Amino acid sequence: MHLKDEVAKISQRLRELSRGRHLDKAVWEKVELARHPKRPYTLDYIEHMFAGFTELRGDRCYGDDPAIVSGLAAYHGRTLMVIGHQKGRDLAARTRRNFGMARPEGYRKAQRLMRMADKFGIPVLTLIDTPGAYPGAAAEDRGQAGAISGSLMCMARLSVPTVAVIIGEGGSGGALALALADRVLMMENSIYSVISPESCAALLWKDSTEAHLAAQTLRMTSSELFELGIIDEVLPEPRGGAHRDHSAAARILKDALEDKLRELDEINPQVRKKERSEKFRQMGVWRENGLTLF
Amino acid sequence: MAQQVSVDISRRNGSTDLPGAESCPSCKQLLDVGELEANLKVCYHCGHHFRLNASERIGQLVDAGTWNEMAGNLRSADPLEFFDLRPYPERIEEAEFATGFSEAIRVGTARINKMDVILAVMDFSFMGGSMGSVVGEMFWRATEEAVKTRYPLVVVCASGGARMQEGILSLMQMAKTTCAVDMLGETPVPFVTVLTNPTTGGVMASFATLADVIISEPGALLCFSGPRIIEQTLKEKLPEDFGLAESNLDHGQIDMIVARPDLKSRLVQILGMLEGGVACALQPLWEEEARPARRRGTFTQALGRIKAIANSPWRAFKR
Repeated sequence: MHLKDEVAKISQRLRELSRGRHLDKAVWEKVELARHPKRPYTLDYIEHMFAGFTELRGDRCYGDDPAIVSGLAAYHGRTLMVIGHQKGRDLAARTRRNFGMARPEGYRKAQRLMRMADKFGIPVLTLIDTPGAYPGAAAEDRGQAGAISGSLMCMARLSVPTVAVIIGEGGSGGALALALADRVLMMENSIYSVISPESCAALLWKDSTEAHLAAQTLRMTSSELFELGIIDEVLPEPRGGAHRDHSAAARILKDALEDKLRELDEINPQVRKKERSEKFRQMGVWRENGLTLF
Repeated sequence: MAQQVSVDISRRNGSTDLPGAESCPSCKQLLDVGELEANLKVCYHCGHHFRLNASERIGQLVDAGTWNEMAGNLRSADPLEFFDLRPYPERIEEAEFATGFSEAIRVGTARINKMDVILAVMDFSFMGGSMGSVVGEMFWRATEEAVKTRYPLVVVCASGGARMQEGILSLMQMAKTTCAVDMLGETPVPFVTVLTNPTTGGVMASFATLADVIISEPGALLCFSGPRIIEQTLKEKLPEDFGLAESNLDHGQIDMIVARPDLKSRLVQILGMLEGGVACALQPLWEEEARPARRRGTFTQALGRIKAIANSPWRAFKR
């Protein structure tokens, strides 16, 4: 009984400490920038980056998901398969694009087109910008989990070079489904996380107003993820953020893409696949026989 | 009166004040603990499957004395120095204390009805069976062992998803385990998952649904987004059977539902049948045809071939 009181007292003190912790405003600013309504979306990047784009639609099973756009892009005399989440600019478009939350047919469309790219030796570029996969009963019935795992497996198996760029929100499994790539890049003011800060706050702090604290604790900004070794490069945005100048942001992305593709083209496809698998294998931290392993 | 109140509470919690008794959360009947254990923790009134921890599962599934645990000394680190209402290491310690295990997964080699397998069992009682770095690494080692030994891989899943306290690293375990399954997929080693209540989130959206054959226990909740999340975020009213194994079976997401008493025999049957195939290395047909040397042969051979055709019974019939 005595011990119980003591424990209660200490945990109360800890709670106070955790609330009083220094809140870094810059982190929340990044979250807001990542969700900025004027931020360039996948189709904006496509428009500025490529001379031509042919959209290919449908998963050949159930339907076409407007939350994911995909197709062939003309790029420096070669072809590129571009697949990305798409949010809408106005209310009607937002509803049609389902706020960038993809359903199973979106991930199955992505799989179909990645396989096609593999067949023709076309490199794959994915642009990630989603709050998460759509959490709806109908999506579950159509196998949301299996569609995401299928997309992950498809990306793990590709023999062509793959580059993933997080351009806005990288929300949980719905984002990762398109991000198992040889090179994963992040725009400076984008976020990538296992859960949204709001949901995390509700889940762990039992209080959704603690989202700012959750965002900071989760480490979801590009620089922090680079330090953790999750992403390969942070792409600097135009002054004030990508929403200030879409074409400049697209130019930065295009230069980085060229760089990464040149690098990946040099590598033997089998080695490339092995390196990809090895890269994701290394992700994790644990203690073994008293040693902390990274 | 007092007794009635206590029974009411017990019905909600699934435990009673009565020694040696437990109430079934499904049919509310009082059950004898001894009998319940003997019935593999399946309610003998309504067939409700109680949750098993990893030890109980291993005890039920493998032949006595054949469990050989590997790499049991991995522990979670705290790379993000995660601190919500309590620090992450404290939560781990508490889970270790409460369950007696070091993580939410146990991996080992075992025999099921005399068949050698690599078995991984997840434990929902350890931080909701959540997948962090250790679970991902243990899964990787299990697949590696399966590739090396060529023993089938059986994974019993029970998980609420990714471990929030490891942030992005826990998300990356989905990618890591997928790469592991891909590695396993290059060999003809069977991979079967047994989904138990509940299997959701990141585990469901990675290795759990990547198996060759997916089995589920009756009444298990299997989904990517849990019912609470859907109801909260979309204010959508969900049907009663949402996400249950039976509904998943109807929608073609799993292969079969197997009740606990039949699990051992069905597993062995499936694994045995999968291993019964004969490897067929496919050679592209056009390569065969493009090789002219095979057809050419000597002049006499060609003459013989023509003669054989000329003397074939079909010719005789025609004449």
